[in-house]
Amino acid sequence: MHLHGTALWTLHPALCTLHYPMIETYVIPLLKILVLLNAVLVAVTYMVLLERKVIAWVQVRLGPMRVGPHGVLQPIADAIKLLLKEDITPARADRFVFTLAPIVSMVPALIAFAVIPFDSEITLFGYRIALFVADVNVGLLYIVAATSISVYGIILAGYASNSKFPLLAGLRASAQLISYEIAITMILVSIVATAGTLSMVGIVKAQLEAGVWYAFIQPVAFVTLFIGGLAETNRAPFDLPEAEQELTGGFHTEYSGMRFALFFLAEYANMIVVSAVATTLFLGGWLRPFPNVEALSFLGFVPGWMWFLLKTFVFLYVFIWIRATLPRYRYDQLMRLGWKVLIPLALANLVVTGIVKVLL
Amino acid sequence: MPDSIFETSELVINMGPQHPSTHGVLRVVLRLDGERVISADVVIGYLHRGIEKLCEQRDWMQIVLITDRMDYIAAASNNLGYCETVEKLMSLEVPKRARYIRTVLAELQRIASHCLWLGTHAMDIGAMTVFLYAFRERELILDLFEEYCGARLTYNAMRIGGLPLDIPPGWDAKVRAFCDILDTKVNEYEELLTHNRIWRERTRDVGIISGQDAIAIGLSGPALRGSGVPRDIRKDEPYAAYADFEFNVPIGWTGDTYDRYLVRLEEFRQSVRIIRQALDGLPEGPIIGKVPRLIKPPAGETYHAIESPKGEIGYFIVSDGKSNTPYRFRVRPPSFCNLQALPRLVKGHLVADVVALIGSIDIVLGEVDR
Repeated sequence: MHLHGTALWTLHPALCTLHYPMIETYVIPLLKILVLLNAVLVAVTYMVLLERKVIAWVQVRLGPMRVGPHGVLQPIADAIKLLLKEDITPARADRFVFTLAPIVSMVPALIAFAVIPFDSEITLFGYRIALFVADVNVGLLYIVAATSISVYGIILAGYASNSKFPLLAGLRASAQLISYEIAITMILVSIVATAGTLSMVGIVKAQLEAGVWYAFIQPVAFVTLFIGGLAETNRAPFDLPEAEQELTGGFHTEYSGMRFALFFLAEYANMIVVSAVATTLFLGGWLRPFPNVEALSFLGFVPGWMWFLLKTFVFLYVFIWIRATLPRYRYDQLMRLGWKVLIPLALANLVVTGIVKVLL
Repeated sequence: MPDSIFETSELVINMGPQHPSTHGVLRVVLRLDGERVISADVVIGYLHRGIEKLCEQRDWMQIVLITDRMDYIAAASNNLGYCETVEKLMSLEVPKRARYIRTVLAELQRIASHCLWLGTHAMDIGAMTVFLYAFRERELILDLFEEYCGARLTYNAMRIGGLPLDIPPGWDAKVRAFCDILDTKVNEYEELLTHNRIWRERTRDVGIISGQDAIAIGLSGPALRGSGVPRDIRKDEPYAAYADFEFNVPIGWTGDTYDRYLVRLEEFRQSVRIIRQALDGLPEGPIIGKVPRLIKPPAGETYHAIESPKGEIGYFIVSDGKSNTPYRFRVRPPSFCNLQALPRLVKGHLVADVVALIGSIDIVLGEVDR
């Protein structure tokens, strides 16, 4: 005990000298990652509750009401239930891939959050902390790369289950992937062309300089990206790979317990990623509405990250709203929409963006 | 692709008997090329309870209760069909008041059945909110039935020669109030679906069947009228009190899923119209005619059909005139006959259309298997 105390005492001056560099290079980023991961996971579980509640309200029901007041503890109950359930691997499944698939689905959704800027910088305990894990100079490319991987989770799950309905779902997912991914990427290229940077922080700053959200400069891109985002996250009306009424649950038919939960969470995490990206690219990220209008500067009392979350929430709400309202597209209709509408539209948008950019 | 370097093979998929969209224990064996259906075999019988044979063991009054169990979505229509058949066999006169109330019950039942159809059909195509909206209205009908006869699903609501119960006081006002509600709600359904682009793309030109083919297969009810054949037993061979009321028989044009959907939606409105007329003209009088204590129809046979929500439900009954059970009891169930069209309808369509088409022909397995 005594020795221990001495050691600390002797180390202390050294700690003091290391104070700034160590904390800034290691502790703060680690803390940020920790906080972000937990925040995302909590947000995801509560997205499930939000969705159930909102859809219930649309359908003149109450939704979860039993666990906690107005069902606020429902996500915890769900998590416990799923953790305690038996985790079944079908006898003839490809065991390795079967286990890998939910992970492949979940991880990219989480790592995509690394480059999403929630706010520029805030001051906390004397440290200036940027509210993003990393400002990668190819941030947007990184997100595109990460989110496309998560579709492989579905395809792998469909293949590994060795069952017919998941297989059909896997086929649908791959058909869906090539239909919308091209359109989305081309839309992103036109945004990059407008902003002149691939960095997520840079894009927000470019919107600050332009004094206007890109949703107003690039309305076509905005709508196209949103539709593409619905398809990307397998949400209604493009939830073909998991169409319960057609494929009895689709790719996760054979999954149970926590592995099923991972797919479930991945879908919601992906929704949040898409909403956050759309917020960053089109709604000015953490910027307050009309950042260039001085008369509205009183809105500055709301911190930037609050604006960011608010805008992301609006997207998420629309996601849920659409799910409650619209019927499902058919597989060939989605392909038609992707190839005949979204891709030409995205291409035209890119060309027009280029021409405008060159002329101005 | 026979000449392709890739080897392709058909995928045989078992849809059902446990599948969320086969509306019960229907099993459809699909042979698929990719997602395209090459052929479909319908396998039925999972809910067979031998109802026809059972009815030959029960006396005439007990059978009413068994008919409830066939099309349990529209039990009162089954009751009506059976009771009218026996009345025809015995040449019984049913009082006017009973016939009017029967008509109201049958039309309420039609609305309830169509509500269930609309909800599940929309759910199959992915519009899940309509499901709960439609069930909300169906719930009101179940409440009305509960108030009338105490049961919510299998009513046993009719008797040979009339009705067991008169309507409770204030019941007709509640039915009227329900009609007003339904009028606005049907518009709500239309808002959600009829002009919805995705809904139209999903249902238009899916499962087209021409009027001639529909007749050849033996389709009846909205599935037949969707193909443009104006056949409605309520109009063509009026039973109960339908001859006294004005209503239109909606028909479709192309015979696709969208037309069948529109026909049923219009039937909501026509049913409301009939109910209002029946309540307006509801005569006073007895609710049951002169029925012998022991029902024993004279020897003979008869076939009588009525327009159930799903189509023509017909009863063929042979009485030997001696025993107090039917000698032969046979039902012509609309669901069973309509289901025969399924393999033909789904051919060449995608898996997603199969569930849309199962919903579109509106079957109930209790009636298919009996």
